[in-house]
Amino acid sequence: MRFDKPAGDSVLADTKVIGKPVHRVDGPLKTTGTAPYAYERHDVAANQLVGWPVGAAIAKGKLKSVGTKKAEAAPGVVAVLTTLQFDRLPLSQWNTANLFGGDQIEHYHQAVALVVAETLETARAGAAMLEFDYAPDTEASFDLSKTAPTGDEQPLSDVGNFEKAYADAPVTIDVNYTTPAESHAMMEPHASIAAWDGDEVTLWTSNQMIQWDKMALATTLKTTPDKVRIDSPYIGGGFGSKLFLRADAVLAALGAKRTGKPVKVQLPRPMIFNNTTHRGLTEQHLKIGATQDGKIVAISHENKSNALPGGSSEKAPAPTQHFYATDNLYCINRTAEMHLPESNAMRAPGEASGLMALEAAMDELAEKLDMDPVELRIMNDAKVDPSNPNKTFSRRHFVECLRTGADRFGWSKRNRKPGDTREGAWLIGHGVAGAYRGAPAQASGAEVAIRPDGGVVVRTDMTDIGTGSYTILAQTAAEMLGVPVERVRVELGDSRYPVSSGSGGQFGAVSSTAGVYAACVALRKKIADELGKKHDDLTFADGAVHAGGSTTELKKLTRGGRELSAIDTMHFGDFRSEKYVVSTFGAHFIEARVHSLTGEVRLNRMLAVCDAGRILNPITARSQVIGAMTMGAGAALLEEMAVDHDRGFFVNHDLAGYEVPVHLDIPHQEVVFLDVLDPVSTPLKAKGVGELGICGVAAAIANAVNNATGIRVRDYPITLDKIVGKLPTI
Amino acid sequence: MRAFSLERASDPQQAAKSAASHENSKFIAGGTNLIDLMKLEIETPTHLVDVTQLGLDKIEETDEGGLRIGTLVSNTDLAADDRVRRDYPVLTRALVAGATGQLRNKATTGGNFLQRTRCPYFYDTNMPCNKRNPGSGCAAIGGYSRQLAVIGGSDHCIATHPSDMAVAMRVLDAELETVDPDGKTRSIAVDDLYRLPGDTPEKETNLKPGEVITAVTLPKPVGGKQIYYKVRDRSSYAFALVSVAAIVQPDGTGRVALGGVAPKPWRDEEAEKALPQGAGAVMDTLLADANPTDDNEFKVPLAKRTLAAVLQEAGN
Repeated sequence: MRFDKPAGDSVLADTKVIGKPVHRVDGPLKTTGTAPYAYERHDVAANQLVGWPVGAAIAKGKLKSVGTKKAEAAPGVVAVLTTLQFDRLPLSQWNTANLFGGDQIEHYHQAVALVVAETLETARAGAAMLEFDYAPDTEASFDLSKTAPTGDEQPLSDVGNFEKAYADAPVTIDVNYTTPAESHAMMEPHASIAAWDGDEVTLWTSNQMIQWDKMALATTLKTTPDKVRIDSPYIGGGFGSKLFLRADAVLAALGAKRTGKPVKVQLPRPMIFNNTTHRGLTEQHLKIGATQDGKIVAISHENKSNALPGGSSEKAPAPTQHFYATDNLYCINRTAEMHLPESNAMRAPGEASGLMALEAAMDELAEKLDMDPVELRIMNDAKVDPSNPNKTFSRRHFVECLRTGADRFGWSKRNRKPGDTREGAWLIGHGVAGAYRGAPAQASGAEVAIRPDGGVVVRTDMTDIGTGSYTILAQTAAEMLGVPVERVRVELGDSRYPVSSGSGGQFGAVSSTAGVYAACVALRKKIADELGKKHDDLTFADGAVHAGGSTTELKKLTRGGRELSAIDTMHFGDFRSEKYVVSTFGAHFIEARVHSLTGEVRLNRMLAVCDAGRILNPITARSQVIGAMTMGAGAALLEEMAVDHDRGFFVNHDLAGYEVPVHLDIPHQEVVFLDVLDPVSTPLKAKGVGELGICGVAAAIANAVNNATGIRVRDYPITLDKIVGKLPTI
Repeated sequence: MRAFSLERASDPQQAAKSAASHENSKFIAGGTNLIDLMKLEIETPTHLVDVTQLGLDKIEETDEGGLRIGTLVSNTDLAADDRVRRDYPVLTRALVAGATGQLRNKATTGGNFLQRTRCPYFYDTNMPCNKRNPGSGCAAIGGYSRQLAVIGGSDHCIATHPSDMAVAMRVLDAELETVDPDGKTRSIAVDDLYRLPGDTPEKETNLKPGEVITAVTLPKPVGGKQIYYKVRDRSSYAFALVSVAAIVQPDGTGRVALGGVAPKPWRDEEAEKALPQGAGAVMDTLLADANPTDDNEFKVPLAKRTLAAVLQEAGN
């Protein structure tokens, strides 16, 4: 099916299941610990061995030799694989850093060995007996502030004449912000079990994008995709960290090949931070010019961010390209090639970092103009795409988000003067920020079948990374085929199923539900043909098909114990991006407190208002948004992968050193969904929301801290060491 | 984790003997720190002496009007004890500021004193660390040192001691009771338990080979407002950037010990005589010899301001 024009008013106008607060269909499995996660799939292959991976001890250079004798002789050790035993393995289009093979070390904790043994303990002990001899390369770059960009970047947006408009503007701000490298820090580590049958390999793994993983593993193992099966039904968080093939999968496959037995490999937590990907560091320079009454006339957003040679960096100016109205816009992202681990996508890549700067800069502008920051944003709401004035927004309710939020939050009663509101030793502050995140959709396929018992089964290689895919796909099929949600079984994450969008870029929910919609339409047409009726005359309700006075139970449509099945893929036409900007919008409101003596920052209240099309399920959507707000609070106040500029690695590489918020850090969170349909987006008129929720949170907190204290921290995270020296002396 | 022998001791002297008779031995009780370190190959004992069956899990009143706390009393039980909450509230406050409920259920009193530093370079076996691998150097000096010591460190090591409990014990003048392999007992003041790193940061305490902690005694209660203020980036489950354990008497005199700034709980009985003159007067002496890094110099003013917050809470 093709989605070539906006959905008509009648499409899914009056839904019974879609959009309703259905509890997670996989909830009982999760809460009873019986959902099978990759490393615990003991039943999928007998006689599993355990592989313990070893990461490089240097950031750049050459591995000269590996002494394996002691490890090979250790009790329980079955095989020792070292990177020197292999040629450098080919990389897929999605990978930058070397995954295994060869003697070149490109970043700290690059995988250099795997010890396969009968138990985890013996594998780990064997790994500690390996003797590595490195020749470090001292010509390496680990400090973003001292690394020049490659210099061949083109502007992302260059509209009007920024320089002139800025020079002529009566009110200007010119500010620099930095954001640190961040780790996804998902609960479940990267983990895979691999088993070979002849030249075919099966990988039980934890991955967001089944098709990419299958293609990438085939490339890296120098085989063809038809020899690879991926299975990843449950994923304990991804946030972008599991978009790509990583070393756990490659090592498991190589270990299984070597030993002739299934091998499982999980990246130890301290290896995840440097072995896998991270959100890149940014140095952002913002210049905004405005009239005296607050009308923006010029915006420039320049960014520099790290990447491995040939890799991609954090595109922080992305939101600025489309957020505020201005006739003169300049956005550029520059990449500094460095020898830190691979920077890559993390929840709302580009937008999350960019808004940490842009939305704080907007607050600075409001302060300079002596304007209410809510009103400043409303005044500068864009009616057309600032980067391409020929394009309009499919739907844009940013102003409504701000107004609704201000009303709910009691913005009018906020602290107006920094340092003016105290509760005991604490200074109270209020902050607001806008949220912007693109709402892409990707082709997505599914099979939908009527089972002989009249139930419905959905099969797609879509993944559920904790987001609620199982539930919303069940809702979609239930809606389309007139059965209760409980009668729909959803099977995900298997590469033998139709190729879906996968989970990423907040496109997963909208794309995969559209794919299931397409398959349901195909099945309904097939049923119409079977019944000799016209598709449009059929009504699906109460587990039956109704047409012209006759009723046929769904189970009667199956024959000989076989399912009645249809497969289709939703393809999205170019009209979506050619005519429109399809995006999501939001507003975050924060009340924070700052201790007047110690500089500790704590949050009192968080409120988000989201404009993200039809909300497919308010329970799972809210869960996404509050999780993202929590992650935004981490970005604002805690999270930083500390770089050792001499040794070239992220030092605090475990969950004790890399602090993410705990329960006590997160106060009451309120989430409001405008729930307005966007027919340009998909037939379900929905847009993603899982990444919108993090966008702008950190800036709202920064603005609240400034409002509380008068201290503007432009160097995230806003830790107390950056505040305490600026508080009044005692 | 390497192979090791495990011996379950039935009395303290036997435990001490067993430990002393093996070159690379460790006592194990709660295991909340040791097991992690063994998994990471930072600790590689060949012999573990399980002391959990020694029966030293009682809190008793002493003839002097204080408390004797068995070494195996869990952090949870110690924090919740009515007498501790009433007479030594700074200890309860310090205990509940540490770790998590699950960890406190397992962690013991004696073990808490002996936990190792949380310096990130100590935790990464690829990195030079004089504490983990004597003579290999210190990656933290000149590296990422935000969490590390501002005072008491040396050119060889700037690790901090991570315990909250020990800071409160120090301010309460607690003493440890030990038994050695010969059955001899002795008392050690908290301050005398710990060594400063000097050029041997791998030697963290003055316990002799095999010497096992059996109890901790608290002297007669001293009253006063007792406060433990732990400053950290996140609200819970994080080690202190700076912590202050204080006992403030109605006349303004009192005691002060710091955590998070040094290789051991940091207290100076001379410095705290200035308490009636305020936080600045105490810290000017207590941290006079501070030698922070660029990363952690904020701890010096932060310590002063945290003590000021404590005095504010105490109403002095």
